Amino acid sequence: MKAWLPSLLRLALVVLLVAFVTNPGWFEPLLKPLTENNAPAIYNQGSLLTLTLLHLRTVLIATVAATIVAVALAILVTRPAGAEFLPLSRSLVNIGQTFPPVAVLALAVPAVGFGEKPTLIALFLYGLLPIFENALTGLTTLPGNVMEAARGAGMTGWQRLIRVELPLSAPVILGGIRLSVVISLATATIGSTVAAKTLGEVIIAGLLSNNLAFVLQGGLIVAALAVLIYDGLSAIERYTARRMGQATGD
Amino acid sequence: MIEIEGITKRYDATTVVDDVSMVIEPRTVCVIVGTSGSGKTTLLRMINRLVEPTAGVIKLDGNDNRSLPGYELRRSIGYAIQGHGLFPHRTVAQNIATVPVLLGWDKDRIKSRVEELMTLYQLDPEAYGPRYPHELSGGQQQRVGVARALAAEPNVLLMDEPFGALDPIIRTKAQEDLLAIQKRFGTTIILVTHDMEEAVHMGDKIAVMDSGKLVQYAKPEEILARPASAFVETLVGASEKPFRLLSLGRVRDAVEKGTAEGEAIPGDASQRDALAELLWSGRPALPVKDEDGKPLGRVTVDGLVKRAARPA
Ligand SMILES: Nc1ncnc2c1ncn2[C@@H]1O[C@H](COP(=O)(O)OP(=O)(O)OP(=O)(O)O)[C@@H](O)[C@H]1O
Ligand SMILES: [Mg+2]
Repeated sequence: MKAWLPSLLRLALVVLLVAFVTNPGWFEPLLKPLTENNAPAIYNQGSLLTLTLLHLRTVLIATVAATIVAVALAILVTRPAGAEFLPLSRSLVNIGQTFPPVAVLALAVPAVGFGEKPTLIALFLYGLLPIFENALTGLTTLPGNVMEAARGAGMTGWQRLIRVELPLSAPVILGGIRLSVVISLATATIGSTVAAKTLGEVIIAGLLSNNLAFVLQGGLIVAALAVLIYDGLSAIERYTARRMGQATGD
Repeated sequence: MIEIEGITKRYDATTVVDDVSMVIEPRTVCVIVGTSGSGKTTLLRMINRLVEPTAGVIKLDGNDNRSLPGYELRRSIGYAIQGHGLFPHRTVAQNIATVPVLLGWDKDRIKSRVEELMTLYQLDPEAYGPRYPHELSGGQQQRVGVARALAAEPNVLLMDEPFGALDPIIRTKAQEDLLAIQKRFGTTIILVTHDMEEAVHMGDKIAVMDSGKLVQYAKPEEILARPASAFVETLVGASEKPFRLLSLGRVRDAVEKGTAEGEAIPGDASQRDALAELLWSGRPALPVKDEDGKPLGRVTVDGLVKRAARPA
């Protein structure tokens, strides 16, 4: 395959996505055949652009929070003083993952009410594990002689963390964030069941009114976002890894 | 001066370094040899306190090495390890600048120091400074590792098998470079090696370790001539002894009056190389010249063979 072809496809996807969320009317003829009884082909209970941005905002907030907590936790349990918390934090994070997001939503609503909050909680808990596991892997598999050299050069524990350990584990941590974001992008759709403003609204409206066009456009926007973000993060990951002469993961 | 006084390191019940005492004179090279697991690395790492001793004191120029926080102590001591341990995410120049940056040197001073060291190690600062370690050959990486250890002009340089991974030719070059730099800066070097050849060649004194104990600490000639135990004898390699002894001497010290035919050998070459050349070319004598090509005299097989005999 020609080297420029993937970039071209990506660019085309971006253009298509932007065009669709800003001017969905242009695409009406394409989606019309999927509707019955003269139902609208384009989501008409709100702006797709606003929903897309809100969807992204929800995912962004949840991912940033999950990243901060997961990385901080991984740092803590890989310090000599925190080593005893390693098993505990592992199981905590695992619980976060095995708990179905729908159940988290159901439990969170009575506590924090409807809207964006229960969704954020569910996405946050769900996103912790991949980031934590990857951060742990990154921080515990640093090359021994490099760490030895860092200590031998007279770096303090803090300097080693900031200057050596985190930069060296950055590609692996980014890998965890990437997984987490993609999971969250998809999972955020169910947030609409508890009245969070996400693209799930479009899909649910489609399901309720038996409108395949709605379901499809909601799903496609989420999928396009996931592909593009996955791609972008992979590229950053590859760039940081390549600079260090590491083999690229994928 | 480094004074090691009754240093012991125990891990649980196992004694890894056992009551070692030795004094390393300033501006000399001390080489630690011994079998694998004899405690060489542990002893070395107790000097810059990467390992804390169970008992004993180490003094650097009269000061207990515990009078400073460990990280400050380590900034004042160069440390080079096998496999160099370069930071893969930092350029060559950034790697070399590690300790000066930690010490808060100003930019210009760091820059000129990095350039000085890179030039010293025949790495063009323009071409190699911005590269990442993985873009260098093994020999170049090793040189950068030593340059990084030397960057903050430490008085003491600790080296743990720094040349272990190098091929014989680059290795010889690296040893020569190190000795030249040691002379130039007057650094005190403590070097751990498995290679007796390297020990005899580099060391002003050799410390032989066996299961945590210091079994002999003496000049190379002394170790070769009078090994303190059967262990040292084996380590030195009985059949190699005469050649090792010759490798210590320079041709200029074995020169006799007279002339000889053929290509001259430089006065700085080792007596061992001279003997090898004589034996290989089947000649009884070689002319010797100094750096300017001036004839100094000759070396003979007979003369060298006498020098290879056990010292009285
Ligand atoms: N942190 C540690 N905990 C327990 N035992 C250790 C530790 N570090 C070293 N040892 C043990 O101490 C002994 C000496 O180790 P050391 O690394 O000093 O040997 P060495 O002489 O440098 O060996 P080599 O030539 O193989 O590098 C070994 O038996 C090793 O297993
Ligand atoms: Mg060792």
